[in-house]
Amino acid sequence: MATISTASLPDIVFMLLFFFMVATVLRTEEEKVRLIRPEASELYKIEKKHLIRYVNIGVPMDRRYGTEPVMQLNDAFSSPEMIQDWVSTERLTLAESEQSKMWVSLKVDKDTKMGIVTDVKQELRKASALKVLYSASGRERTQSGN
Amino acid sequence: MARRELAEINAGSMADIAFLLLIFWLVTTTIDSDEGIKRQLPPPVPPDIDVPQAKEQNVFNVKVNFLDELLVEAEPLDIEDLKDKAKDFLIATGDGIMAHPVGRETVGKNREVVLVTGANGKTNAAFPERLWVRKVDVKQRIAEYEAFVAAAEDDNRRKNYTKVLASWEDKLATIELLDGDYKELPPSALISMQNDNATTYDTYLQVQNELQSAVNELRDELAVAKFGRTYKELEDLYDRNTEDGELLKKIIAVRSVYPQRISEAEPREGSTYY
Repeated sequence: MATISTASLPDIVFMLLFFFMVATVLRTEEEKVRLIRPEASELYKIEKKHLIRYVNIGVPMDRRYGTEPVMQLNDAFSSPEMIQDWVSTERLTLAESEQSKMWVSLKVDKDTKMGIVTDVKQELRKASALKVLYSASGRERTQSGN
Repeated sequence: MARRELAEINAGSMADIAFLLLIFWLVTTTIDSDEGIKRQLPPPVPPDIDVPQAKEQNVFNVKVNFLDELLVEAEPLDIEDLKDKAKDFLIATGDGIMAHPVGRETVGKNREVVLVTGANGKTNAAFPERLWVRKVDVKQRIAEYEAFVAAAEDDNRRKNYTKVLASWEDKLATIELLDGDYKELPPSALISMQNDNATTYDTYLQVQNELQSAVNELRDELAVAKFGRTYKELEDLYDRNTEDGELLKKIIAVRSVYPQRISEAEPREGSTYY
């Protein structure tokens, strides 16, 4: 009985590997807070990813840092007052013509209370970083009665 | 001397190696999508300026308390009903049901809007009065501003006049695209959302989502009736080709009928968060 040649199997698997390597985005920073994103249906996708800066808000993964929600900027926990400085430094990393197009993506755990989120939003306003994206995962639109 | 046989390397295990690599990659990467609800925050308000209050009937108030319960236009409401309520607010006119004629049909004509009788005896107390944008008026305005631009003495004024002129020209384009006059929301009409510091983020986002959904569905309805595509499709097409002026006009037309007017109330002073 003739055996099926498996010589091309590695090639196929390598192709799969390359596909995944190209299609996935490597996360650049480590998430230090627990993040379960809420679900929403009216999502907007930002095409120019290099314009996005992230603010994470949630309960620290490491219990030693407490059980209250905290804010993470880049790789460290910060207080909302740090936002203005952070925005101005992050702006400088963009090309001059794109500095006004910066997006701030708020990745907030869905069980967080709004207090800290409001604080962060107020600081963002003071820093004139007005374009925000409330990060969410997709779901179907709710059916309306009309 | 015997000729050495060229031994073939067994490639059978190559697949296993590649599989291992693939699985390693799958486990270590996280697919991170940058999707969410986009919002433009209002610019900071200087402390010594009083924010003018809009007429009450022009504001759709949504309040969320610390138990994640909704108070919409001073009445408790389930979040499932929020979208319909918001749609009613966006389409209702002073004299009853909206809307804008599309060809010979009127979109939203058969929608039943619960009218509320106000203290002054008017039945439209809960809704903003949409104002007619008529072709004759718009043309007259365009002529006026063209004259202003031509007569402007300095660059600064000319720039301002040109800006106003452009907005009226957009309105004219909208009328032409919609095949008729339309009604527009008064400038002060808005959906206002206020939350408590103990509201959970999930509820906050769901409310934002339902309000956005109300606007988007109305826009889709109009865009499909008029241009045969949903509003999102129009926007996506425009993103791919930003030189398409016709498409932009269509988008502006839909936006002028259903503007995005979701705002967040200023957080109250003196509240403690932690």
